[in-house]
Amino acid sequence: MKFGKSSGKIVTQASQSFSFTRRAMVLGGIQGGVGLLLAGRMAWISVAENEKYQLLSESNRVNLTLIPPRRGWIVDRHGRPLANNRTDFRVDIIPDRLRDKDATIASLARILAIQPDEVERIHEDLEKAAGFQPVEVAANLDYEQYAAVSVRLPDLPGVAPAQGFSRHYPAGAAVGHLIGYVGTASAKDYETRRDPLLITPGFKIGKDGLESSLERELTGKPGAKRVEVTARGKIVRELTTRPDTPGKTIRMTIDAGLQEYAGRRLGTQSGSVVVIDCHSGDLLAMASMPSYDPNSFSDGISHAEWDMLSQDDHVPLRNKTLKGLYPPGSTVKPMAALAFLEAGLRPEETVNCSGAIRVGNALFHCWSRRGHGAVNMHRGIAQSCDIYFYVMAQRMGMQVIADMARRLGMGQKFPLPYPSQSYGTVPDPAWKLRKYQQDWQIYDTVNATIGQGYMLINPTQLAVMASRIASGKELMPQLMYKANRQPPKALGVSQEHLSVIHNAMSAVVNGGGTGGAARLPVPDVLMAGKTGTAQVRRITMAERAGGVRGNASLPFKLRDHALFQGFAPYDNPRYAVGTIIEHGGHVSRIQDAPMISADVISYLFDPAKAVERLEKYEKDWGGPPATRLAAQMAEYRRAKGLAAVPGDAAPPTDANAANVANAAEDAAQPPSNAAHDGDVPE
Amino acid sequence: MSSLVPAPIASLPWRLLILLTCIASFGTVVLYSAAGGSLTPWAINQGARFCIFLAMALTLSRLPVSLFSKIALPGYACVLIALVLVELIGGVAGGSQRWINLGFMQLQPSEFMKPMIVLAVAQFYARLPVGELRRWAAIWPALTLIGFPAVLVLIQPDLGTSTMIVAGGVTVMFLAGLPLRLFIGSGLAVAAAIPVAFSFLHDYQQKRVLIFLDPESDPLGAGYHISQSKIAIGSGGIFGKGFLNGTQSHLDYLPEGHTDFVFATMAEEWGLVGGIALIVAFGLLFRWGIRVALRTQDKFSRLAAAGLTTTIFFYVAINTLMVMGLAPVVGIPLPFMSYGGSSMLTVMLCIGIIMAIDRDKKSPGSWT
Repeated sequence: MKFGKSSGKIVTQASQSFSFTRRAMVLGGIQGGVGLLLAGRMAWISVAENEKYQLLSESNRVNLTLIPPRRGWIVDRHGRPLANNRTDFRVDIIPDRLRDKDATIASLARILAIQPDEVERIHEDLEKAAGFQPVEVAANLDYEQYAAVSVRLPDLPGVAPAQGFSRHYPAGAAVGHLIGYVGTASAKDYETRRDPLLITPGFKIGKDGLESSLERELTGKPGAKRVEVTARGKIVRELTTRPDTPGKTIRMTIDAGLQEYAGRRLGTQSGSVVVIDCHSGDLLAMASMPSYDPNSFSDGISHAEWDMLSQDDHVPLRNKTLKGLYPPGSTVKPMAALAFLEAGLRPEETVNCSGAIRVGNALFHCWSRRGHGAVNMHRGIAQSCDIYFYVMAQRMGMQVIADMARRLGMGQKFPLPYPSQSYGTVPDPAWKLRKYQQDWQIYDTVNATIGQGYMLINPTQLAVMASRIASGKELMPQLMYKANRQPPKALGVSQEHLSVIHNAMSAVVNGGGTGGAARLPVPDVLMAGKTGTAQVRRITMAERAGGVRGNASLPFKLRDHALFQGFAPYDNPRYAVGTIIEHGGHVSRIQDAPMISADVISYLFDPAKAVERLEKYEKDWGGPPATRLAAQMAEYRRAKGLAAVPGDAAPPTDANAANVANAAEDAAQPPSNAAHDGDVPE
Repeated sequence: MSSLVPAPIASLPWRLLILLTCIASFGTVVLYSAAGGSLTPWAINQGARFCIFLAMALTLSRLPVSLFSKIALPGYACVLIALVLVELIGGVAGGSQRWINLGFMQLQPSEFMKPMIVLAVAQFYARLPVGELRRWAAIWPALTLIGFPAVLVLIQPDLGTSTMIVAGGVTVMFLAGLPLRLFIGSGLAVAAAIPVAFSFLHDYQQKRVLIFLDPESDPLGAGYHISQSKIAIGSGGIFGKGFLNGTQSHLDYLPEGHTDFVFATMAEEWGLVGGIALIVAFGLLFRWGIRVALRTQDKFSRLAAAGLTTTIFFYVAINTLMVMGLAPVVGIPLPFMSYGGSSMLTVMLCIGIIMAIDRDKKSPGSWT
């Protein structure tokens, strides 16, 4: 068979030989051409694109790790640390590099002796974490443990031991709510900010309180470490290191010693103490107890601890100094009296107290069944006579009381560095109409004048009210320390009127009044103050007939709140205090608001004696707060080990549940959820 | 040559031997660096193998060419049977197997097929009467010779070796003087078929082709080899990072840095200068092979010499094109440089036969 038109062409030995030579030359030429192509290509990559590939090679080789900046310290007014940093060893897991999750965690648990509930938390965190985000396994390790993990690294891919700093709060639980705590950034934080610092192992952000609101100032500038790594991520050597720049030190107005003392002095109670400097408005203490230990929160809290804290009826997770709202009770009486004086009432005018008074068709009782007899303003305050205020309030009208309440800081939101405050309610006719579309009733006035009904206050406002009454100045509570502050404006209240109130408040404590327990255990310094009791339940007709049950026999959540506001020295006010004991019920004199206030104020005059007294009390309470918290935790664990965790972790809203006034059980219907009126979380 | 040197030694192709030794020594040096500055495990083995295989090549070169032409077709048949056997063993073992274990090395029959196909097709055309060259009978036997081993190797699957077998055989067909139209025509036909064939490929196969065309599109997946290889070559610059200073290879970013991607390992440390020197050295080798083919008059010898030279060329060209991102990643090593015995054995076989052809031509009374 032949093919093509060339079939006729004669192929000879010679022509084939010639064709071979020609074609072999062509082949050689092609080879040379490919050689040139290769040389050209190589020159292009290695010369023209050299820079690009050098960069890529460097980014392969060099791994830049951020060094988390040390967080700025938070110090008190004298420079004592409230929050500082401690060197520690830590172990994290980088989820992306993890190969066998369960086996790795199991061997880490064995090496580091991690508790089962901690292991559970690690598993949970691992599920929530983005792939590159480190999950803390354990912190605050000693060098031995750190070394034990380090030598086993080849068998533990994804595990990253590190040396770093952890946040430390020397005062522990006493500053929990004040300072807040820090924690690793959540996956959501990283998604919104996209800052590589957030996923750097060991970097923590402020999660609550000041740590959170002063985040920008406290965070420094990260350092960087360049290391040479292999393709598998093994570090070959360190190249260069740029140190971090620590965050700014924040100086607060708080007195660390007083803060811790106040926290401890609250004992086993659920309550808060706020102390204000009457010259500047500086907050010297803002204690809310019980509290969590910010140290353990910053290390990553365990499940059991969280459950325990959130189920506790003493609400250790709420900062009560700003977020607890309570009916102020009789502590508003000095304020109301001042309002009457400013509105023209003469302090000598008397009211006859027979123990009860009819308002409209309801009978309003005085707390003293027997009655006080003839009562003027001084006695009205000193003996806390309800009838005096029922009568005078009806005469002077609600508006003057409401206006004075606002001038003294009630219902006011202060520019404090906390994300949310509950600032309570000062009711008046316009407010009631707006809120409930109802007209103001005379019994509303009667309720409000003894601090019940719709009226709500937080402990900071209580202290501010005390400081404004004491100083006659429009003091604003301050938390950030400043040496030269602008002097506060005058309140615009006559000094003569203030003196009447001051004398009456002194009589409360020192003159046989209701607050004798608040007498200062310091010679030559007199405290002036006012007690208060806020009911959280109605007193039923049946009870009234059969006698009101004593607080001690009531369940915790039905007991009255106990309040005290005061200042000292009474003739030249320097310090003001506001104390609220949630469901205190005046059950224990030592652990009641007046005596706690007195001890806290006495610390400012004689700290050694104050601490001595406190240590004696603490023997009966089971030790200082840290010891009690640990014991509570151990107890909880034991209970949990026996039975399942009870699921009825009811939200503790009742703490705010103000109830109707003493005697108005059949008159008004102030809804119990009025407590939430002023609570505007931001 | 000086009379002091005995004639058999003086008659050795010294310039070629020096060239080969230079390339192989350079390869050994690069392997020394690839092992992190250590003779073990690669450099010392590679050097020893080179010496053994060079001795083998010199021994081959003393054999008469007629012997190669005689064993060309029987040898081809043997290797083909071995390929079938490997396929069967692989089938029994339940996996793809390409090699037979000889104890000291693993022998891949497909490696032997590379020179064998050249010898076989050369022998076919040497025997074919000149007048038949433009007939169908000049084409189908050669295509059959190429087709069987190519398909057997392709189903192993080893696309690279299969391509080399086809290319070696077709090169001999081209040199034998078949009409040029056939090559141009089939070249165009293949070019036209590529888009059609592409559309018949599976998604993942299409993806592989696309990644070859743009390796940066998948730098961590299938394009990783090419990306890292280009980074190694590109970051070397003109003079390289210096001996033992390559980071891509020493820190394991470059995969297969001592085998298929040894050129990138070399280029990172020796730069463009080292690369050009190596390309020039290989160029000299090919020039020698082509010149042997041109000098000789015997038809089989001519076709065999040129064909075997081209086989070595395909090794070098496919490997370097791949390393520089101009060809897809197929497992073709770089002769004398890549660590491994099989490829060096094949290349040394080729060189030994070409040397034999060279000697045969020089010796008087050559067979024409």
